Amino acid sequence: MKVAREFFRNVKELPRDELLAPGSPLCAGCGALAALRLMLKVIDEHVVVVNAAGCLTLLAVYPYTPLRASWLYTTMGSAAAGAQGIRDALDVLIARGRLPAAEDLKVIVLAGDGSTLDIGLSSLSGAIHRSLDFWYLCYDNEAYGNTGFQMSSASPFGSQTATTRPAAGRPAGTLQHKKDIFAIWLAHKPPYMATVSTADPVDFADKVRRAGPLRGPKLFTALTACPPGWGHDPDQGAHILKLALTTGLWPLKEAVHGRVRHTYVPDHRRPVEEYLATQRRFEHLFRPVRQEEVLRAIQEEVDRYWEDVARHEICKE
Amino acid sequence: MLTGNAAAAWGARLADVDYVPAFPITPQTEIIEQLAAWFADGTLSGRFVTLDSEHSMITAAGAAAATGCRVFTATSSQGLVYGLEALYSVAGWRVPLVLVNVSRGLSAPITLEPDHNDILATRDCGCVQMHAETCQEVLDSVLIGYRIAEDPRVLLPVLVNMDGFSLSFTREPVTVPSPEQVQRFLPHYQPRHAEFRASRPMAQGVAVLGGAVYSHFRYQAHLAVQSALAVHAEAAAAFAETCGRTYDAVERFQLDDAEFVLVMIGSFATRARAAIERFRSEGQRVGLLRLRLVRPWPAAAIAGALAGRRAVAVIDQNLSPGQGGILFQEVAGTLVSQSDRPAVLRSFVGGLGGKEISLGEFRHVVASLERARPGEGPEGPELLFTAADRQQVQALGKIASPQKGETP
Repeated sequence: MKVAREFFRNVKELPRDELLAPGSPLCAGCGALAALRLMLKVIDEHVVVVNAAGCLTLLAVYPYTPLRASWLYTTMGSAAAGAQGIRDALDVLIARGRLPAAEDLKVIVLAGDGSTLDIGLSSLSGAIHRSLDFWYLCYDNEAYGNTGFQMSSASPFGSQTATTRPAAGRPAGTLQHKKDIFAIWLAHKPPYMATVSTADPVDFADKVRRAGPLRGPKLFTALTACPPGWGHDPDQGAHILKLALTTGLWPLKEAVHGRVRHTYVPDHRRPVEEYLATQRRFEHLFRPVRQEEVLRAIQEEVDRYWEDVARHEICKE
Repeated sequence: MLTGNAAAAWGARLADVDYVPAFPITPQTEIIEQLAAWFADGTLSGRFVTLDSEHSMITAAGAAAATGCRVFTATSSQGLVYGLEALYSVAGWRVPLVLVNVSRGLSAPITLEPDHNDILATRDCGCVQMHAETCQEVLDSVLIGYRIAEDPRVLLPVLVNMDGFSLSFTREPVTVPSPEQVQRFLPHYQPRHAEFRASRPMAQGVAVLGGAVYSHFRYQAHLAVQSALAVHAEAAAAFAETCGRTYDAVERFQLDDAEFVLVMIGSFATRARAAIERFRSEGQRVGLLRLRLVRPWPAAAIAGALAGRRAVAVIDQNLSPGQGGILFQEVAGTLVSQSDRPAVLRSFVGGLGGKEISLGEFRHVVASLERARPGEGPEGPELLFTAADRQQVQALGKIASPQKGETP
């Protein structure tokens, strides 16, 4: 069940403009790049991307940038503060008559899950609290991807990372459960926030367009495939992200001024195993022996989530 | 009469700053409280924003400067080292701003009173670093700081340092320049740096691959900080012309005929002046060399001022454990290749965590210089710590961990 599309009916209606040129040192099949490409298409050309240390920091390597937009690399822990400085400066310069309004820019933070959920959480929380008028895209590949896929607080229970390899004393791999950044953002009551996926580009684009007119923080988190970290062929990313939606593992939802609705509710959820079996990071759950308890726990967590959704929320057709 | 904190705020006000990102920390708070009030009542236009940490604060300061605003901010101690990563980044962006640091000893143990380990931790960032001795110099240095920071030959953050308590909370007579004087010395900001705007996309702070490119940019920062020596001299001359007060990279006090020279930075140099007046009245030829600029390092001025002296003592108000006084190392490095260098160079560490440097301690320093002989080999660093200091610490130590049979 999907909510009615507001701005785009199908992929053919998505903007044709490319603000991100091909050619970058990123890995083949990088899902984060696809998410950024789609988001920039819908937002605008007049953008400054404020980046936190992560995989996409390698987009702009001297003297090249694949962006038609501006770019500022900050630190891993303070990209949102960088956005604050630029936004405030543009406002002040325009108000004081030193910059024509036509020179204004939209400010968008581009950060991975490690920056967003861990080291940059305080900086981001502060920017949302201050009602900063900015965009935020978290590309969530569920680990510190750029450094070789170590566990972050976005790594899901039962996954393998470079620092949570399954071992005799810890056969499940990662024992922690993924931090719920959506709930953390929601507690700040921003005007707009959403989970998105390039596996449903029309939903993604609709959300970006819907957020556009709202003043204040507009926050997006996208599940993004990471072929080397997740352990799959680069051409399988789209298929795997689709499974994340149909198994119910990655719910698509949004909150406008704190009111949550799901934009896609899978009618018949596929078993999570179908998703897990596509990636080497979950291989230990199946081989050499099936870890029934872990698999059951993952399935039950997803089931519980959707039971709660059904209880608390009516999905509008 | 203004405190050092009020003087810093007046400096920012007179510079007509556009943007002040802030985060409170003792003993800096009065600066940002005053500026917040001036932005609120319309005295200053632009924006004052309280950030969530100094790390965020310095990032926002740099980002706003990269967008074309004149930016001021202030911090102290833990805050400065918390923001250290961002300070390196902002210096690498080559953006102008002025940051006032109110020096305070670093934790642990946590304390409120001043020493210079905080500001010297930023020594290698690629920022200009000025040290004020008086409240007047704080205000003037903020104004001079913008001239240096915004000069196309420099384009870097300028850090103005004052000591906590002994300047931050101490009222001194301060002449506040008129807005007209300041306007002549420091016109409204016209950024000449690339700034973010819709019609001119640019990538700033981008990654580099390979040491050659990194070396190039890092060395550019070195050359830019070095350029600040000449730029400071020009700015100080223009300042003297408009506002009537003169500043040099180093300040020489009673140096002309001095046999013995004390080298210091910051407000504790005022204590040294008083001691030197006393020693002079007793017939000893002692002088003071106060370093106002620490970055760029005024090597030629230091070498010139110390040439041919009988003995020199560097009194560091900082400690690099396992090595000693930081500025001693730098002075020694400057003098080592000078043929007419002083015969003796001694290292003293004093005033840590705001500990008083008494007349008796200065007397001990000078007596040590008198006794010292050329070629004596490495001596020190010697901690300036009196019998009374020891008694105090011992008394507290007994309370902290009483021995058997003792009542605390």
